[in-house]
Amino acid sequence: MPTILRTNTQSYNFEGLGKMEYEAVIGLEVHVQIKAESKIFTRCRAGFGYEPNTLVDPVIMGLPGALPVMNKKALDGIIKAGLALNCRIPEVCKWDRKNYFYPDSPNNYQITQYDQPICEGGLVEIELSSDSRASMGEHKRIQLTRIHLENDVGKLNHFSEDSLVDYNRAGTSLMEIVTEPDMHSGEEAFALLTAVRQIMVYCGISDCDMEKGQMRADANISVRPVGQKELGSKIELKNLNSITGVKNGIEYEIKRQTRELKKGNTIVQATWRWDAEQGRTESMREKEDAHDYRYLPDPDLMPVRVDEEWKNRIQSEIPELPFDKQRRFFEEYDLPYTITSVLVPDRDLSDYFEAAAKQSPKMAQAIGNYVTNDLLRELSEAGQSLADCKVTAEHLLSLVSTVDKGTITKQIGKDVFLEMFKSGELADAVIERKGLKSDFDDDQVKAWCQEAIDENSKSAENFKSGNEKALNALLGPVMKKSRGKANPQTVNKLLRELIR
Amino acid sequence: MSEELYYKSARELSGLLKAGEVSAVELTQSIIGRTKAVEERVGAFNSYDEGDAVSQAEASDQRRAAGETVGALDGIPVGIKDVLAVKDQPLTCSSKMLENFISPYDATCIQKLKQSGAVLWGRLNMDEFAMGSSTENSATHPTSNPWNLNCVPGGSSGGSAAAVAAGEAVLTLGSDTGGSIRQPASYCGVVGLKPTYGRVSRFGLAAFASSLDQVGPMARSVEDAALLLQAISGHDLRDSTSFRAEVPDFSKSFESLKGKKWKLGLPKEYFEKALDSAAMEPVQQAIDFYRELGCEIKEVSLPHTEYAVAVYYIIATAEASSNLARYDGIRYTHRAENFDPKDSVDVYNQSRAEGFGEEVKRRIILGTYALSSGYYDAYFLKAQKARTLIRQDFEKAYEEVDALLTPTSPSPAFEKGAKMEDPLSMYLSDIYTISANLAGIPGMSLPCGYSDGMPVGLQILGKPFREEEMLAIGQVFEDAHDFKNQHPEL
Repeated sequence: MPTILRTNTQSYNFEGLGKMEYEAVIGLEVHVQIKAESKIFTRCRAGFGYEPNTLVDPVIMGLPGALPVMNKKALDGIIKAGLALNCRIPEVCKWDRKNYFYPDSPNNYQITQYDQPICEGGLVEIELSSDSRASMGEHKRIQLTRIHLENDVGKLNHFSEDSLVDYNRAGTSLMEIVTEPDMHSGEEAFALLTAVRQIMVYCGISDCDMEKGQMRADANISVRPVGQKELGSKIELKNLNSITGVKNGIEYEIKRQTRELKKGNTIVQATWRWDAEQGRTESMREKEDAHDYRYLPDPDLMPVRVDEEWKNRIQSEIPELPFDKQRRFFEEYDLPYTITSVLVPDRDLSDYFEAAAKQSPKMAQAIGNYVTNDLLRELSEAGQSLADCKVTAEHLLSLVSTVDKGTITKQIGKDVFLEMFKSGELADAVIERKGLKSDFDDDQVKAWCQEAIDENSKSAENFKSGNEKALNALLGPVMKKSRGKANPQTVNKLLRELIR
Repeated sequence: MSEELYYKSARELSGLLKAGEVSAVELTQSIIGRTKAVEERVGAFNSYDEGDAVSQAEASDQRRAAGETVGALDGIPVGIKDVLAVKDQPLTCSSKMLENFISPYDATCIQKLKQSGAVLWGRLNMDEFAMGSSTENSATHPTSNPWNLNCVPGGSSGGSAAAVAAGEAVLTLGSDTGGSIRQPASYCGVVGLKPTYGRVSRFGLAAFASSLDQVGPMARSVEDAALLLQAISGHDLRDSTSFRAEVPDFSKSFESLKGKKWKLGLPKEYFEKALDSAAMEPVQQAIDFYRELGCEIKEVSLPHTEYAVAVYYIIATAEASSNLARYDGIRYTHRAENFDPKDSVDVYNQSRAEGFGEEVKRRIILGTYALSSGYYDAYFLKAQKARTLIRQDFEKAYEEVDALLTPTSPSPAFEKGAKMEDPLSMYLSDIYTISANLAGIPGMSLPCGYSDGMPVGLQILGKPFREEEMLAIGQVFEDAHDFKNQHPEL
């Protein structure tokens, strides 16, 4: 296990509110739906956006006599998540019922894992943002307590007179990732969620679309004076419906608690919610002492034994994870941070890049530039995804090679890419069709250079007397004479020779 | 002959059907006729659908005519305890809570019965949600014991036992969580068998206590019980607790075991407690019978027996409090009307107050308490540990003997109302049966005599997944006596 990097405490101090400094301590409970055809304890189909109460069966509806049966796909998914997040997978885990009455829960108990979860411990590497987009932020490791599997609940829709319940979501495989109180700012929580989401998507465990409820987070936030060991009373913050919502909600709550403490008030442990529209947190006024979940081992489900063979099989399905890929891209392709930070979060884009770069590592940076600038821009303008793209990695590589050989200029290369993107033609075909090749002999270019010097003698003299910039005034006219096709490096060289 | 059809055994009827001497429709009509004649007095059923039964029988006759008969039960009417899901049929669990519920699906054992060609016949009365020992906790009506209409038929499968005893069905299905098949079988003078936990799928059995519940057959003979057990046994992918093992051909294997000289144990803890001595008389005679047969009769000890009732009422009620939470007034259950609920909690409270009977409420409250924070370790966890000890008692006993012989119940059927005000004495009437559920072992009750004209049951407890041995042991006794042909006067 890697060692845990402790963070510098981020502290909050407000002018006029006294001199004592406070720090926040944050733990997250992240719920992630596991992508699977069917629900966790039945073959009933799972999905989003269907007519209400169409993805149901006797098990989902909690009919008398219906029994849950474990879906192995969901177990595969959570074991994968556990291995990717450096958890221990104990040999045996078991199922418990968490009893509470709520109309979105058909059995009025949730099947979950109380004292023997499938994943224990764990570490997530996160990256904090840096001062500049061009440089890598600080990396830290956040400790996990556990990950367990449970069934999701339905959805209540409230109307003026009635509330209606839709059980389509009920019974969807849901894992709960619980972190240690190991974070100290909204930004760290933001970074944790980003890292978890990337890993889940990379591993194909979940799409983590927060708008579809595939990923949800609650935060436990407390504030204490710097130097104090004991944690302060915590507020559980709910309704954090987006990753920025998590960041903003937590930041707001930290400020609020700090302000209260500075005023000499105490924080009472409670559940609050983030109101994204109003940009503030508010108490949910729930009776805390009302919760006694009366956990009991679920007598309908057998404990699950996860042997080495199972673990090894899943381990072999885990792809290279984002930060490892980034480190390798630095090393193998000498890419700058700005390119890796765009490539790496997107597994498909990274693969696309690498399909081309692997064949010609010295052109990796140029390929990376095309992918992260030109390709992404065009995809976004066309509203397409990478899968729709007509330019294959192979095709892109041949374009970059053509530019590299000096057959066409960099500028023309970009135009050629646009044509390739639109028509799906190969680079050579576009160059041929439009006659873009810079296939002049040096004498022709030399003649143009001499013409330019003659026409702009003043600039030539300025350059001669030591003004480097004056050369640009000559470069332009030569490029114009060649209709952009001359190789700027050749022109530069010839001009210097001629003037000297 | 046809008046008597309803009292013939499934084995014999199967032969008559095969020989073409009787049609399934005739047999079903005979059962319907008998039911109409006695049901007013017995009250075994919550509901039945004559038309549906006759059309199932017609289908059976057509199969037979086409040479496509599917099994030994093809055309035999089988009554179903109202705790099992049958597609498009009511499933009430004798509760107001489910008064309007129609099941959209079949329980696995029902599916298997349908595949075996049986004619599903009616919904049999029971204690509400299988909680009780007298069928007096039914929200619909109490069932009477066919041997004495003033007495209870036992419970919770009282309707299933009474229907078989009264000739209102050839066979019935019951369910047994703490004795709910065996105790009413003994009260009504029939055979009732609780299989090993995991032998029969629980999918579609409305749960009372999931770790204890088993579906099982009730019949007038050991052989018939074996036939029905055969039809419903087997591993089921829809029940994770069902056992992945081959099901033996029970009828064949217990025939082959017939001559065996068994080693039979008498648990001393079951015999030293004050028993109704009149009730013990036939049980003693049964033990003597086996001794004379050359079986080795041996005293064994089940030292943790005294904790069984306490352990059972903690585990069963704890599981029930969770299992019955789904009956909440929100979806398919009874919902309180004519009141103005403040919130969903109000809907729950009022609906559950109206929908559940006294005994069900008592058990939900008990179970909720046993699981509450601060009490879990003292009650539920302790009970789980004691349960392990009770199971180990049996494992140890089975190292010495093949099966155990005990009374099924401390006394024969009692009068209606006698124990309704005293739940504890009602609970104690299950004292000999509940250990089998806690240990997961199979148990069977068969008639072994009478006390003041009321049937007395002998309980045989067998080794896990050795139902055929239990059946063989019972069969020897049955063959040597005439109890299976004794019927109540109605």
